[in-house]
Amino acid sequence: MDDTNRRGFLQCMAWAGTGLVWTMSGGVAASLPIGAAEAKGRGASPVRPFTFVQVSDSHIGFTKDPNPDARATFREAVARIRAMPVKPAFILHTGDVSQLSKPEEFDDADQILSEAGLPAFHVPGEHDMLDEGQGKFFLDRYGKGSRGDGWYAFDHDGVHFIALVNVKDLKAGGMGHIGPDQLAWLRKDLAGRPSSQPIVLFTHIPLWTVYAEWGWGTDDSAQALALLRRFGSVTVLNGHIHQVMQKVEGNVSFHTAASTAFPQPAPGTAQAPGPLKVPAGRLRSLLGIREISITGGGPPPSILESTLA
Amino acid sequence: MTRPLFAALAGAFAFTFAAAPAPAQPAPAAVIVKIGNFTFGPQAITVAAGTTVTWINQDDIPHTVVSDDRTSFRSKVLDTGDRFSFTFARPGSFGYFCSIHPHMVGKVVVKPR
Repeated sequence: MDDTNRRGFLQCMAWAGTGLVWTMSGGVAASLPIGAAEAKGRGASPVRPFTFVQVSDSHIGFTKDPNPDARATFREAVARIRAMPVKPAFILHTGDVSQLSKPEEFDDADQILSEAGLPAFHVPGEHDMLDEGQGKFFLDRYGKGSRGDGWYAFDHDGVHFIALVNVKDLKAGGMGHIGPDQLAWLRKDLAGRPSSQPIVLFTHIPLWTVYAEWGWGTDDSAQALALLRRFGSVTVLNGHIHQVMQKVEGNVSFHTAASTAFPQPAPGTAQAPGPLKVPAGRLRSLLGIREISITGGGPPPSILESTLA
Repeated sequence: MTRPLFAALAGAFAFTFAAAPAPAQPAPAAVIVKIGNFTFGPQAITVAAGTTVTWINQDDIPHTVVSDDRTSFRSKVLDTGDRFSFTFARPGSFGYFCSIHPHMVGKVVVKPR
């Protein structure tokens, strides 16, 4: 994809009752106020341009149809990052690092990701909570400096990043879950921040209900989104459903990412949300990474999806 | 419980209850619940107290079997082909779910022997 396309194309998805309505529009992005350059106050330095990368659902340890080697495809994803003409500031991994929370799976994931030579930030997926300690391995490895079950926030060049955990203490019949402790922390974290500061929130399970029948949503996301409503630019990045989707709701844009391991079916198009069996030749066109570009004081983040094909 | 459902539950197990003369306290049959396509099948079962229920994960994605109260029973993560068994000693109704995919729910109703 050339640079014009990259800047101009923002795939926007509206969720409309029984079906999906896809539109391609550059105007969506331009309609969002940002005023980030004026951001002042607590934790808000002027926004400077930078890019970062999102990878998701590497499922290291997965060896079944349609991908006998999720390590190999994760390594290909990291090679794409290394080859980027503009060096990203860091990598966000939005969970399901491992398939079964085994130490050797985390070891391999770390080893492969380190080949990018960039700082990396993680949030857990439900596959990273499967050890006897229900997430202890993940937290020991990635949770330094985090609160509770692994949530945290940081600032980078004027943008506020929030890592939310929505895979802990899931309830029977429910979907993703943030919980009152984390919501209270989020309220405190956002208090006093200027509404003009751009926010990037990353988590594993979608914060908007993509498909309740498959649990593709977060039960208490409305409470988190209410806290974010006053901000001019909020970008929500997640994984979990192994396919690229976007939705814009007011000043909040939601982006679910491709996996680097295997695709999953579009909502309701299969009996179950298990791995989508595709021919080997097609697999890499359904896996991918995402590059997010922050433009200082200008339009909100531009998002570039690229596949491993 | 209907006969066809019971036969489905018994699965591959040889089930001779109907043919044999009934002893005073017949040993409860082993009951199988298959996990496939992100569902528990059968989704609801009724068994006699003392019955051991075994769940088998036939999906290519890991699942768990966790009682709604999280304490009555709780499996480790079940990868493809893994099993979990629990013996229901006392009567009652026990809802359970997959703690990884909580939209997957099931129920075991235990009748007195």
